[in-house]
Amino acid sequence: MTTIKERAQDFVQVDKRDAKLALAHIYVAFIALLLGGLAGLLQTLVRSGQFTLPWGIGYYQVLTVHGVLLGLILTTYFIFGFQIAAVSRTSGTLTNKQRTLGWIGFWTMTIGTTAAAIMVLLNEASVLYTFYAPLQAHWIFYVGLALVVVGSWIGGAGQIGKYIEWRKANPGQPSPLLTFMVVVNLAMWIVCSLGVAVEVVFQLIPWSLGWVDTVNVLLSRTLFWYFGHPLVYFWLLPAYMVWYVVIPKVIGGKIFSDSLARLSFMLFLLFSIPVGFHHQLTEPGISSFWKFLQVVLTLMVVIPSLLTAFSLFASFEIRGRALGGKGLFGWVKQLPWKDARFLVPFIGMVAFIPGGAGGIINASHQMNQLIHNTIWVTGHFHLTVATTVVLTFFGAAYWLIPHLTGRVLTKQMNRLAIIQAIVWTVGMAIMSGSMHIIGLFGAPRRSDFSTYGGSEQAASWIPYQIAQAVGGTILFIGIILVLYIVANLIWFAPKGQTEFPVGEVSENAEKTPMALENWKIWLTICIALILFAYSVPVIEIIRDAPPGSKGYKLW
Amino acid sequence: MHMHKYEKWWLTFGVGSLVLFLVIVGFSAFHYGSHPPSDKVYIDPERVDEIAPFNNPGVHKVEGKDWDYEAVIVASAFYYNPPEIEVPVGSKVKFIVTTKDVVHGFQAAGTNINMIVEPGYVSSYVTTVDKVGEYLILCNEYCGIGHSSMMSMLKVVE
Repeated sequence: MTTIKERAQDFVQVDKRDAKLALAHIYVAFIALLLGGLAGLLQTLVRSGQFTLPWGIGYYQVLTVHGVLLGLILTTYFIFGFQIAAVSRTSGTLTNKQRTLGWIGFWTMTIGTTAAAIMVLLNEASVLYTFYAPLQAHWIFYVGLALVVVGSWIGGAGQIGKYIEWRKANPGQPSPLLTFMVVVNLAMWIVCSLGVAVEVVFQLIPWSLGWVDTVNVLLSRTLFWYFGHPLVYFWLLPAYMVWYVVIPKVIGGKIFSDSLARLSFMLFLLFSIPVGFHHQLTEPGISSFWKFLQVVLTLMVVIPSLLTAFSLFASFEIRGRALGGKGLFGWVKQLPWKDARFLVPFIGMVAFIPGGAGGIINASHQMNQLIHNTIWVTGHFHLTVATTVVLTFFGAAYWLIPHLTGRVLTKQMNRLAIIQAIVWTVGMAIMSGSMHIIGLFGAPRRSDFSTYGGSEQAASWIPYQIAQAVGGTILFIGIILVLYIVANLIWFAPKGQTEFPVGEVSENAEKTPMALENWKIWLTICIALILFAYSVPVIEIIRDAPPGSKGYKLW
Repeated sequence: MHMHKYEKWWLTFGVGSLVLFLVIVGFSAFHYGSHPPSDKVYIDPERVDEIAPFNNPGVHKVEGKDWDYEAVIVASAFYYNPPEIEVPVGSKVKFIVTTKDVVHGFQAAGTNINMIVEPGYVSSYVTTVDKVGEYLILCNEYCGIGHSSMMSMLKVVE
C-alpha cells in the first residue's frame, strides 16, 4: 500500500488550460455519439420493414449521418481529446503555441464538420462517408471534410510539438510511453490521410465545382482505401494505449514491457497503410498479384496483435497472482471486476477476439468474395470499432472526464457504467450476430429495406433484420445511459480529484532500446513499404485509365 | 530485445499459423487460379450499348471456350439487363458485367458470384452452377435512391 503522502506525489493533474482543450474535443465527440447513434437506431428500424422515415428523410441520408458522425467525428474528436490530455499528463503542460495549434485545429475541424453536416441535412451529399464517386455531392461537403483532415493535422502538430520538445530536453532517454504512442498514431494518421486529402483536393473538389468534367473512379477509390484502412487503426491504437498503459495501473499492476509495447506500435505503423487493396479485392483494374501482396501485408498485423494479447494477459496474471490467485486460473478471480475502468475496456478486449477472426476472413483474398459488401462486414466492424474501441473509450471517459473536470466517479455511476457495458454487450451480440449470419446468406450492407420483388431469399432475411432492430434499440438505450453518466461527470458529480492512471514499467522489464525511437528508420521502412505495395498498381490505374466519369446525383 | 520464454512460444505458434494460412490462401490462388475477380478489360462507359458483347445482353451458349455459357449483363441505375438469367445445372458459366453509369456491386446471394462493377471496366467471373435453384442477384455497392430495388434472378434449372 502506498501512503497518502506518496499517492499525493504520484498524482499529476493535467493543466486546466489543456484540460479545457481536451474537454472541448470530448464534448463534440459525445454530441456526435447522440446524433449518430440516433441515426443508427433509425436505420435498424427501417431495415426491419416495420417503420418508414417521416418528413421525406432518406435512408441513405441517415446512413451518411451515421457513418460520418460515428466513424469520423466521434472517433477523431475523442481520440484528440484523449491524446491531448495524455501528452500533457506524461510530457508536461503544453506550451501556449502548442495549445493554440490545438485550438486552431479544433475550430478548423468543427467548421468543416458543420459545413459537411449542413450539406448532408439538405440532402446534397447522400454519398456515404466513403464518397462513392461518380456519385457527386455538393462541393461544400468535400471542402468540409477536407477541413476536418487539415484541422486534425494542425491539432496533431501541437501534440507532436510537445514530443519534440521533450526529446530535446531529455537527450538519450526514451520518451514517456504514452506520448510516444500518441506520436506513432499521429504519424500513421498524417501519412494515410494524405491519400484522402489528395483524392478530395485534386479529384473531387475540382470535379464537383465543374472545373473538370470527369473523375478517375478507380483512382479515387484506391486513394480512399489507402486512407480507409489505416483509419481503423487510428481508432484502435488509442484503445491499445489505454490497454497497455492505463489498465495495468487501474488493476494495481505494472506494464509488462515498455519495449514490446513500443515495438508493437511501430509494427502497426508499418503494416496498417500498404494494405488498402483488401477493401478492393473484388474490383476490376487491379491485378490479383498486387491484391495478394497487400493481403499478406494486411495479415502481418496479426503479429503486433499477438504481442499485445500476450502483454496484456501477462500483466493481468502477474497482478492476479500477486494478490494471491492460485492455480492455473485462480488469478482471474483477483482482478477488479467491479471497477468500470477495468471491466468496460475488458469486454472490449474480449470482443476483439471474434472481431479479429472475422477480419482475417474479410482480408483473405478469394474468401472475401463470399462476404464482400454483405452485412457481415457491418457486423464485423460493429464488433471491432463499435464494441472494442467504443467500450474502451467509454471506460476511459469514466476517469478522463472527471480528471479534467475536477470531479469523481461515484459508486452509483460506477455501477451504472457496468450496467451500460452489459446493455451494450447484449445489444451488440444480437445486432452484430444477426448481421454476421445473414451476411453469409448474402444480405447486402448499406441497403434500404427491400423484399426484392418477393424473393424467397430476401424474405428469409427479414426475421434477422427484425433482430437487428431489437439489438439496435438496446444499443440506443446504452447510448442514453453513457450520455447520462458523461453529463453527470461534466456537471453534477461531486468535486474531487480523480487520477489519470499511467502505469509504471515492471522492474523485470528490459531497458528500452533507443532504436525504437529512431524515426528515420521507421518512417523510411513505412514509406518504402507503401511505395512497394502501391507504385506499380497506381501507375497502371492512371496509365491504363478508361474514359473518366461525369458526376451523378442519384438520390 | 529479450522476450519471455512463453512469449517466444506464443509468437512462434501464432506466426507459424499465419504463415501456414497464407501459404494455403496463396496456393489456392496461384496454383488453382482461385483469385477474386481482377479483370483488366476496359470500355467506354458512355458507349456500352454499342460495344460487343454488351450490345446483346443475355445468356449465350459458346463453343470452344473453357466455359459453356456467357451471361452478359449491363448494370445501370437501378436495373440489371437482362432481368433474368437461366442456365442448366452443372454448366460452366462466365458472368460478364459492366455499368453504364455509377459503381454497382453484382452479387448472386448464396453463391461466390460477387464483384464490383466500375464505369470503364468489365468485370467477369467463371463458375460452375452446381445446384438447382433461384438465386437473387442484387446490387451490394451503394448506387443511389433505388439501390435496394436493383435486381435480377439467376435461375439454375435441370
